[in-house]
Amino acid sequence: MSREFDVLVVGAGPAGIAAAATAAESGLHVGVVDDNPAAGGQIWRSGALLPAAAQRWKARLAAAGVVRLQGWRIVDCPEPGAARAERNGAEITRDPESEGRRDLRYRHLILATGARERFLPFPGWTLPNVMGAGGLDAMVRGGLPIAGKRVVVAGTGPLLLAVAAHLTSRGARIVAICEQASAAQMAPLMMQVLRRPGKLWQGASYRWATKKSRYLTRCWTVAALGDERLRSAILQRDGKQWCVECDVLACGFHLVPNTELAALLGCRLENGFVATDERMQTSVPGIWCAGEPTGIGGVELSLLEGQIAGLAAAGKTSAARRLAGRRRGALGFVRALERACQLDPQIRDLPREDTVICRCEDVRLGALLGRGGWRDAKLHTRCGMGPCQGRICGGATEFLFGWHADSVRPPVFPALVSSFLEPDAASELASPKEAL
Amino acid sequence: MAEAAGSITVTVNGVAVRVTPGTTVASATLIAGTQTRVSVAGEPRAPLCGMGICFECRVTIDGAPHQRSCQILCEPGMQVTTRGEPA
Amino acid sequence: MTPAWDVAVVGAGIVGAACARECAARGLQTVVIDAAGVGGGATAAGMGHIVAMDDSPAQLALTRWSQELWHELSPKLPREVEFESRGTLWVAADEEEMAEVRRKQGVFAAAGVAAEILDSRALAEAEPQLRKGLAGALLVPADGVLYPPAAAAWLMGEAIRMGAVMITSQRVIAAARGLVRTDNGKEYSAKRIVHACGAAGTDLLAELPVRKRRGHLVITDRYPGFVHHQLVELGYLKSAHSIASDSTAFNVQPRQTGQLLIGSSREFGAEDSTINYPLLRAMLQRAASYLPGIGRLQAVRVWTGFRAATPDKLPLIGPWPGDDSICLATGHEGLGITTSLATGRLVASEIMGEKPGIPAEPYFPVRFLEADHGSPTPTLYGEAAHG
Repeated sequence: MSREFDVLVVGAGPAGIAAAATAAESGLHVGVVDDNPAAGGQIWRSGALLPAAAQRWKARLAAAGVVRLQGWRIVDCPEPGAARAERNGAEITRDPESEGRRDLRYRHLILATGARERFLPFPGWTLPNVMGAGGLDAMVRGGLPIAGKRVVVAGTGPLLLAVAAHLTSRGARIVAICEQASAAQMAPLMMQVLRRPGKLWQGASYRWATKKSRYLTRCWTVAALGDERLRSAILQRDGKQWCVECDVLACGFHLVPNTELAALLGCRLENGFVATDERMQTSVPGIWCAGEPTGIGGVELSLLEGQIAGLAAAGKTSAARRLAGRRRGALGFVRALERACQLDPQIRDLPREDTVICRCEDVRLGALLGRGGWRDAKLHTRCGMGPCQGRICGGATEFLFGWHADSVRPPVFPALVSSFLEPDAASELASPKEAL
Repeated sequence: MAEAAGSITVTVNGVAVRVTPGTTVASATLIAGTQTRVSVAGEPRAPLCGMGICFECRVTIDGAPHQRSCQILCEPGMQVTTRGEPA
Repeated sequence: MTPAWDVAVVGAGIVGAACARECAARGLQTVVIDAAGVGGGATAAGMGHIVAMDDSPAQLALTRWSQELWHELSPKLPREVEFESRGTLWVAADEEEMAEVRRKQGVFAAAGVAAEILDSRALAEAEPQLRKGLAGALLVPADGVLYPPAAAAWLMGEAIRMGAVMITSQRVIAAARGLVRTDNGKEYSAKRIVHACGAAGTDLLAELPVRKRRGHLVITDRYPGFVHHQLVELGYLKSAHSIASDSTAFNVQPRQTGQLLIGSSREFGAEDSTINYPLLRAMLQRAASYLPGIGRLQAVRVWTGFRAATPDKLPLIGPWPGDDSICLATGHEGLGITTSLATGRLVASEIMGEKPGIPAEPYFPVRFLEADHGSPTPTLYGEAAHG
């Protein structure tokens, strides 16, 4: 198994697939490290019918001779040109021969680390069966039967519709889709989606698929109720509250970019996103970034950015420049999406003093009130000190208090102590062009 | 016990759960109707993000604690334990 | 003109907080200034081990007294300080180190510190995760563990309750001759200035005989019961007189949360917070040689911090020759958490002209000026065991 690559891509969603395939088709030796059991990222997760573009790109990736570390994650980058990868479940010793860790080397690194949902706290949001919208979608694609279940989908953004559509096709009963934005706020985005039928998340068809459900704008969940698990949700619209019984509450307030690895590598961030030039190169030469970490723009833009990064890393500057022109034209969608998902300030008032904000350490709102900032809160309340390393509560405290989760410390994901105490046994044996 | 064609059996807290290949351990715990972990303050928790970010779905698999069950696929005979000590 | 304050404490780490609390308790008008907030520097980076240490009689006197003060305080400490009398196990690998165990027990006994010798079997029973075949250990039951930022915050809260004022919005740029100036142009006149800024102290007093000594720590996820005591190797003694700048030692601490803190490393000449991977690896290999199962635990974070090291491994507490207004409270190396309370007492005694609780002279900064006119000699920096 190769450990040295011309190009190492982190993430196998649309941007990562496009970057890896494009770079490999240009003759480079390419590796992809992806945390999920299968390629596709969140949007092209297997377990459901995939759009034609997904099938095309997955086929291209398969044909391009890319070395794939699927179910692996980068945990640290100890020095320039080096990345340490760990296999998920490395401690589960089912096959004593299987490796749990690899030290990888690269000339170019393309970060296609995608985005996660923004979770915002409200009373009861920690109850079992309150999940992310994308989270529930992923669980269903990962084998969770949903037929006949009553589901409330809530939050903001086009993802809610996509999830509702998919769940409907699996037999779920969508009780309500609660979009916190107003119809007027969403309209410009919907116009863009409708104008281009192939547009990301295919808004029009999702709208059709969910027409039997209640799609409510200016509506959100004020509380989830239940003892050991969710029983019902209290919804609010225009000051009026009512209770609906449900089996699952799927909540997601748009997306937060996964920028932790970029920050660890010293790449400059701008307004929370990874800053790149036209060729998708970050402030660190040889490190490129594509897809959601540079701005939440969906599949089409991610594919473009992935191709640009892959071509540019391969030195195909003029081809990259041609695509960069198309990318400029597509950037308007990022801004439209951002405006549409602008959060209503009333949502800040949902958590009570006893509502958990940091789920890893059970830090409640009351403990955070009056804290001077992220670091102060971290030191004195343990907020963000748990294994998620602030990935969940960081997005919430940014919205609630305007705090910015600052320093990123290694490992970028929790990693085995053994990953730091010994070199990867086989790393010296690797040769760059070794066959799979 | 013979495996039905196209299915995998794992145990969740000692109870056999039959799932289709490709099912994540997190989905298996939900099928088994159990939470995944007990929070540091003693509250039941279950999967949230489904993509390996939130660490709410951590369970013990074959004796190894703190496994993100949403990123690991069921394999025949896997022993999954939830509701361990607060973590 | 009468100074506005009796005391201005520069630095709100655990040492500054302890000084402020003692000063405020004596009715002194006290202001504390630290742009990083309470406990944001070395206090946040350290382990939080309350430990009796016997590298020298003066070190033992200070650590033992301070440990007593922590125990006196412990009933008042809130839950989030996580104070626990875990006890330290000084682990002996072989017979040579067992001889040191016996010597150490004698020294501790003479100083009134109870300590119990564990043989090989008793050690294996006390800590089953330790590798087989270790010779034994010295158990010091009174040693404790706490969470330093919360302890500092509590001490500062007490100081404020007794009238001290905390200022976090300004960075101190000068502090001498009875005047503290900050980066936004504010001035605080004070009869005495307490310098308690740890390894950053040389920014304000260039001639301070303090050097930054960087350390690495790793914290794991929760594994309750993996180890029960703070475990420290005695093996450092074999290289105790080495003056090589980089060293590592096995030092593992169980936190109340069930997490493990894994240390320790020491290096000079490193000024930034980046990780020295070869040193980190050596440190973890050392830990794994004692706790073979540690490699299978998940590490959540790795970080570095700076100890304020002095040439003789004793802190600088007391008047600063040449400026009657300055009283130092720095140079605690790896023992700042342990000795913060005693430091606060000594500083307050100095300011009030009281008789100190223990002889204060061994910690007076003047000892270096007498020796070599104030410029610390790098080759004097030896190995310290802990922190």
